[in-house]
Amino acid sequence: MSAQAAEISPQEYKTDEHPIWCPGCGDFGVLASLYQSLAALKIHSKDLVVVSGIGCSGRTPGFVKSYGFHVVHGRVLPVSLGVKLANPKLTVIGVGGDGDGFAIGGGHIAHAVRRNFDVAYLVMDNATYGLTKGQYSPTAPKGFMAGSTPYGNIEKPINPLAMLIGYGATFVARGYSGKPRELADLITRAIEHKGFAFMDIISPCITFYNTYKVIPPQLAEVPKDHDATSRTRAFELALREDKVYLGVFYQTQEPTFEEGVAQVIKAAQASAPPRLDEIFAEFA
Amino acid sequence: MSQTRAELSVWVGGAAGDGIAASGESFAKACARSGYHVFAYNSYQSAIRGGHVCMHIRVGRQKVWTHGDGLQYLVALNADSVERYAARVPPGGAILYNRDKFDVKPERIPQGVQAIGLPVMELVGNQLMQNIALMGALYELLGLDAGAFKGLIRERFAKKGEGIVATNLSAFDKGAAFARAHAQPGGIRIGASDGKHRLVASGNALIAFGAVAAGCRFYAAYPMTPASSILHWMAKNAVKTGTLVKQAEDEIAVLNMAIGASHAGVRAMCATSGGGFALMSEAVGEAAMTETPVVVVEVQRAGPSTGVPTKTEQADLFQLLGASQGDFPKIILAPRTFNECYSMTIQAFNLADKYQCPVLLSSDLYLSERNETFEGLDITNIPIERGEIVTEANGEPYRRFLDTKTGVSPRALPGTPGTVYVAATDEHDPDGVVISDVFTNPSMRAKMMEKRMRKLDHILKELPEPELEGPKDADLTLIGWGSTYAVLVEAMQALNQEGLSAKGGSASGGKVNVFAPRALWPFKGEATRRLLERCTMTLAVEANYIGQLAKLIRMETGLAIQHHLHKYDGEPFEPAQVIAHARKLLKTKPKESTVASVVSDEGLPPDFSPIAAPGSEAVRVH
Ligand SMILES: Cc1ncc(C[n+]2csc(CCOP(=O)(O)OP(=O)(O)O)c2C)c(N)n1
Ligand code: SF4
Ligand SMILES: [Mg+2]
Repeated sequence: MSAQAAEISPQEYKTDEHPIWCPGCGDFGVLASLYQSLAALKIHSKDLVVVSGIGCSGRTPGFVKSYGFHVVHGRVLPVSLGVKLANPKLTVIGVGGDGDGFAIGGGHIAHAVRRNFDVAYLVMDNATYGLTKGQYSPTAPKGFMAGSTPYGNIEKPINPLAMLIGYGATFVARGYSGKPRELADLITRAIEHKGFAFMDIISPCITFYNTYKVIPPQLAEVPKDHDATSRTRAFELALREDKVYLGVFYQTQEPTFEEGVAQVIKAAQASAPPRLDEIFAEFA
Repeated sequence: MSQTRAELSVWVGGAAGDGIAASGESFAKACARSGYHVFAYNSYQSAIRGGHVCMHIRVGRQKVWTHGDGLQYLVALNADSVERYAARVPPGGAILYNRDKFDVKPERIPQGVQAIGLPVMELVGNQLMQNIALMGALYELLGLDAGAFKGLIRERFAKKGEGIVATNLSAFDKGAAFARAHAQPGGIRIGASDGKHRLVASGNALIAFGAVAAGCRFYAAYPMTPASSILHWMAKNAVKTGTLVKQAEDEIAVLNMAIGASHAGVRAMCATSGGGFALMSEAVGEAAMTETPVVVVEVQRAGPSTGVPTKTEQADLFQLLGASQGDFPKIILAPRTFNECYSMTIQAFNLADKYQCPVLLSSDLYLSERNETFEGLDITNIPIERGEIVTEANGEPYRRFLDTKTGVSPRALPGTPGTVYVAATDEHDPDGVVISDVFTNPSMRAKMMEKRMRKLDHILKELPEPELEGPKDADLTLIGWGSTYAVLVEAMQALNQEGLSAKGGSASGGKVNVFAPRALWPFKGEATRRLLERCTMTLAVEANYIGQLAKLIRMETGLAIQHHLHKYDGEPFEPAQVIAHARKLLKTKPKESTVASVVSDEGLPPDFSPIAAPGSEAVRVH
């Protein structure tokens, strides 16, 4: 990552604002891990833009010292791309919920991935709509009972990892808010990754869909011998239903969008204004 | 003997794919280069190939404000064009066509009109060059110097090699020679021009050029007629202008990207038509709430919904006014002329930056897609106002949304040390801290609302004063906006001319002036009321069904405009339609309010069916 600074303590990224999350919300763990990663990478607040959507998870920028942008519901990725293209020197981190990312904003994912612009997109996945009081989300399991599904959800959930591997994301990983140290390492790798890094972070909603008891027994590390450079292997791992695997499923290097448009970006950042008279000549 | 006029109109009609653009646009450009004023409006439909297209090219020794009402010369590339337009060619005019493709029945040719059928195959041996040969014949009839046109043939085909250039030039000459040998000189001709090489562009090109001149360096779009040519212009010139041009997956992404780029400090713009703007709606409020400058161009086409994608209308004013939930400061500008397409786009960027709010620039197909000559753009002294920007921390805690007298808070850009903040779409306090959960703080909410809304008072002072054009003591005031302005000016000039020559007791004699606001929000209600109160009789002319500008004026001034003339058939107003209606009002001076509408006559039989029409298998594009 660009713009390195001297040692920074994780505490320095804290703002005066106190998270309004319910005590025990998984998002606290994600936030703590994010502070750790930023400190580990020595990213200076002034060079950091945390873009979030709407939802409980969307509150994150308020708690991280950065030029945050708490955008409207579902638009984390287009705003992040705009920021990154306007100033590629900035570190851009997108955060949001599973509803924000996979439902209302779902249409943007394939296109953001195709562009492989340099962003770490962290989805705080609680399989429910926390902020709007617990309706089913695109990752909620079949049978999920809530206000909008009083007879149980009859849709099957999406598989975010398989989806992102399928779209061609260049970094795909899963973490768990209850394992903050491991999570911090994964977020660090996601931020370090050059290109579109996606993380599905299981972050339970203690109030509307408390999975703290059912999740831990299902968890397992990504097997040591997993070949994360193979898209096929990654896809197979993502489809496995025996366990919920944590770690990096897939990582590859491809040219970023910024590299692709470097020439125009360079021109865009050059201080010399364009020669209007030259352009004007086309009207003659 | 031919009569010499100050202007004339040539229509080039055919199926899409017949080469209308090549011949029509070249003719328009050649006339501009030869010192004439030109107005070229392409009436087309949503099809790549097939479908009917007619380019109306009006050439004048003085400024031509619109595509006019009629034609003197018809270049018919298909039989359909003859069916539609032949009857409108006046004595002295001519119909030129390719005799190999179709015959023109003698009963179709009006009295005194020449029909000149070129044996294209025999002349040039290649049907693909029919349009160039017909242009040669046209030049011969008009007695115009073909130098500029030939120059354009050379430019257009240069890349394809000398051989192709030579065949095209020869086709042109053969067409001319045929007309010389087999036709009379054109009975209607245009007088000499002033010889000044004039510039010609489309309205969209001037909006795009204005954006670049203003320092726009990020442009995002999703293709949508009639805004797409801004995207193409921006992309074509991206490297020269240093602008990042991004086609996004939808219009929601478009405006959000532009807002992201602006957050990072780059001047950003996007353009779309009504349907795309509907998708952008939520992000308009996002820009206002986060106080992020952004310019959105809305080029209107005929709605509702997918509507008539290639036809013009002015029915999105209420959409612009109402876009996005809640009360917030936004600015709506509506350029009326080519010079304003350029200058008001620059103004849009300055206002957006100074007041940190969305600026919506409204245009319509008729203004954006026509080609017209223009002059007097200032490209050297471009006012750039980026508003208040904090470049370093001053020791005090930085408050991004500081409550100030003007409502504008100095902005810091990412990368600046010591001034980090969060821009939130939730309500927030001056520090940017979200207060949407703090239901016990209504006074803070009220304070932030007032801070933002206060900007409108200051914006209002920067907007142009409403003014009447033409005689102050007019008997009738024509009111309109956007592209219709030009039609009103032409109608006013004609009616006042008529009034002058009719002095001494003609029935219709009456003076006319024009009121056409170009800043539509915030609206100068008080000043407009004072101005309109003095008008004797008012007629609003709008290309929509419900009279949206008239309703806005009523809302903001309390004054009801008396008479209304509407058009919603997809074609722009023709000056004659406005003139006839105004004349009637001047004559009858109705006491009661009247509402009327007009429809353009495309010469179609009443039982016309698109299914049976040629080109019905065309590929549709929206
Ligand atoms: C256009 C729009 N539709 C609906 C909402 C209401 N809304 C706010 S957050 C949310 C869902 C939140 O779920 P998720 O993204 O999973 O975030 P979580 O609260 O679970 O972290 C919805 C539907 C909105 N803000 N905007
Ligand atoms: S509602 Fe759920 S997701 Fe939202 S803060 Fe509470 S626990 Fe967290
Ligand atoms: Mg959720």
